[in-house]
Amino acid sequence: MTNLLSLNRRKFLSLTAAGAAATALPGFLPKTASAQTAITVGFIYVGPKDDYGYNQAHAEGAAVIKSPPGVTVVEEENVPETVDVQKTMESMINLDGATLVFPTSFGYFDPHMLAMAAKYPDIQFRHCGGLWQEGKNPPNTGSYFGYIFQGQYLNGVAAGHATKSKKIGFVAAKPIPQVLQNINAFLLGARSVDPTITCQVIFTGEWSLAVKEAEATNALIDQGADVVTCHVDSPKVIVETAAGRNAFVCGYHANQSPLAPEKYLTGAEWAWGNIYTDFVKKAQAGEKLGNFVRGGLKEGFVKMSPLGPGVPEAGRKAFEATHAEMLKGGFSVFKGPLKDNKGNEVVASGKSYAEQDIELESMSYLIEGVVGSTA
Amino acid sequence: MTVETHDREVTIAQSASPAFWPAVEWTARRAEPIAISLAAILAGLGLFSLFILLVGKSPAMLFQLMYTGGFGSWFSIQNSLSRSSPLLLTALCVALPARLGLVIIGGEGAVVLGGVAAAAIAMPLAGPAPVWITLILMAIAAMSAGGLWIGLAGFLRHYRGVNETISSLLLAYIAIALMNQLVEGPLRDPASLNKPSTTPLPAEYMLGKIPGMDVHWGLVVGIAACAVSWVLIDATRYGFAARIAGGNVRAAQIQGLPVGRLITGFTAIAGSFAGLAGMIEVTAVQGSANASLAAGYGYTGILVAFLARHNPLAIIPVAILLGGIDASGGLIQRRMGLPDATVLVLQGTLFIVILFCETFYGRFKIFNPDLWKRSQ
Repeated sequence: MTNLLSLNRRKFLSLTAAGAAATALPGFLPKTASAQTAITVGFIYVGPKDDYGYNQAHAEGAAVIKSPPGVTVVEEENVPETVDVQKTMESMINLDGATLVFPTSFGYFDPHMLAMAAKYPDIQFRHCGGLWQEGKNPPNTGSYFGYIFQGQYLNGVAAGHATKSKKIGFVAAKPIPQVLQNINAFLLGARSVDPTITCQVIFTGEWSLAVKEAEATNALIDQGADVVTCHVDSPKVIVETAAGRNAFVCGYHANQSPLAPEKYLTGAEWAWGNIYTDFVKKAQAGEKLGNFVRGGLKEGFVKMSPLGPGVPEAGRKAFEATHAEMLKGGFSVFKGPLKDNKGNEVVASGKSYAEQDIELESMSYLIEGVVGSTA
Repeated sequence: MTVETHDREVTIAQSASPAFWPAVEWTARRAEPIAISLAAILAGLGLFSLFILLVGKSPAMLFQLMYTGGFGSWFSIQNSLSRSSPLLLTALCVALPARLGLVIIGGEGAVVLGGVAAAAIAMPLAGPAPVWITLILMAIAAMSAGGLWIGLAGFLRHYRGVNETISSLLLAYIAIALMNQLVEGPLRDPASLNKPSTTPLPAEYMLGKIPGMDVHWGLVVGIAACAVSWVLIDATRYGFAARIAGGNVRAAQIQGLPVGRLITGFTAIAGSFAGLAGMIEVTAVQGSANASLAAGYGYTGILVAFLARHNPLAIIPVAILLGGIDASGGLIQRRMGLPDATVLVLQGTLFIVILFCETFYGRFKIFNPDLWKRSQ
């Protein structure tokens, strides 16, 4: 125990020293500092780091930047979207010497990250979600996000080939634009295989509510769905429940295939490691970090899990063809004519949206063929 | 609290130096809860050290970090105080009914509804109405909503025989669902696309920081509420009646005490404090009501109240202690690579040990002046 103690204490001292040095340095650093500049980067997660979902995706991204020399990563999990997250950011800045902070949960942005950014103008803050606005938000803040509905479209292609009942299911957290994009894209992907496929959606109302997610998955399968996907923080329960009921499942956020190797078709995953590497390299080189960074499959912000054994050969080919098309950029998931599930036209004939079109970000409808309601 | 019942014996025992002995006896009685609580906390920390050794980490480093992160610097102290301020109010939501013998665990619902009520009433007022009128009306709305919610659990308990622990917990779930419905529906700011919220309060309507500190005014409100509750419980006839009813409901009823009104009234006051915590979250931190209001303050408040043995004044140091543990939790994660659950294990260990140590009250002669005299 003595050895362990002294080792820890030594490590603690060196960490403290590094932290102190990093706090003292930024003000004196010339703009053209070398690429080896030591930097401490803070990551804050709203849930556990090993949730097989949203937070794990970010933690995997953070793990990527731990390897290059000169980068110290400090992480904190289960931080609620209250004054707690403000104090966590301050603590990382004051006690660990972090100069670049990634508060990764959507609700951390306003007012929490903005309050800290105003208080610490020399620290860089980058938030996951895409809320940053030029002129309105300070220059030491910014957003990054990915067009993950492309991944849900590809999930839909795989699901369309795997379904026998022509009914697929979606467990969703809340009827907000990001989630609605994913539901619609999932069905559009499936309908690119067979236009008679319908998708039942169940909203649980919360980002993380395991019991309801399991109930919703069971209810979807009871109603005939044989492929299920989701948009909740941690898809673990849904993947396991669906596989337990012998239904196929498409993943979301991170790779859940270890949970159900036989039943997992594919999954829409974040590839945050690329984005974090880029931010940290720029920060170390003293370059300006982007304020509004986004991309999809093409830019390497989003990736797909390897196809599972449940995808038939035809599906494999269609999946790879669409995937290759999307990698080129400009593939329109949403194109007219498109009606919502109440019969109103939402995208006119001849109109199509590329992934970066801003109109998609206020999506408020479920398309025809989705069984369910936003309110 | 038990001083009154022993008064006669105490006066008989006063013989030699009338001023000296009562003071010693008073000190001995007051020392009991402090000594037992401190011993319990030390025992809890000892058990927790064993746990940390089991996972192969150094308890010494952990406690060092807990001190650094919770109280080691002015920044850390302010960090702890910020985190403790909602706990002061949510702990009162448990402690006041507990004096009547009720176990209320649904404070979370009152926090959430208080926040929504405050944000809802502020929506038409912010702008045309002066700041202080708006804030007062927000506080009234929040306290009414919270008071109604927990008061309902008390009412059902007395008049319909519904277990208040279960009903308050279930009411909390209903409250959270109601908040989601309101915030995603009628009260939603159309500009809040991916995080449904009410319209944000203008900056001048926000409660600021205490001068010279990076802690919002909620801390002062919380401490004041604890002081008011202590006076209510320990120095008014309502508090006295409530304690009688808490000791023995039948006896209280036979004496003609209005037990039903006491229960409903005290639960409503308790709920109104939790509702006020929700209003402070909106006006001092969040700026609008949204799902972040359900941050678990109502549940941590249960822990605080039990650790403080439902004494409103003891809630203040206990809440600050838990705020400090919470504040240091981040540092423990970052420096030692331990999961967030470490802090929960510590809180759980302390909770169990302190409840266990409740059984030691009255067992030690040194704290019990009546026993000194018997042996003379």
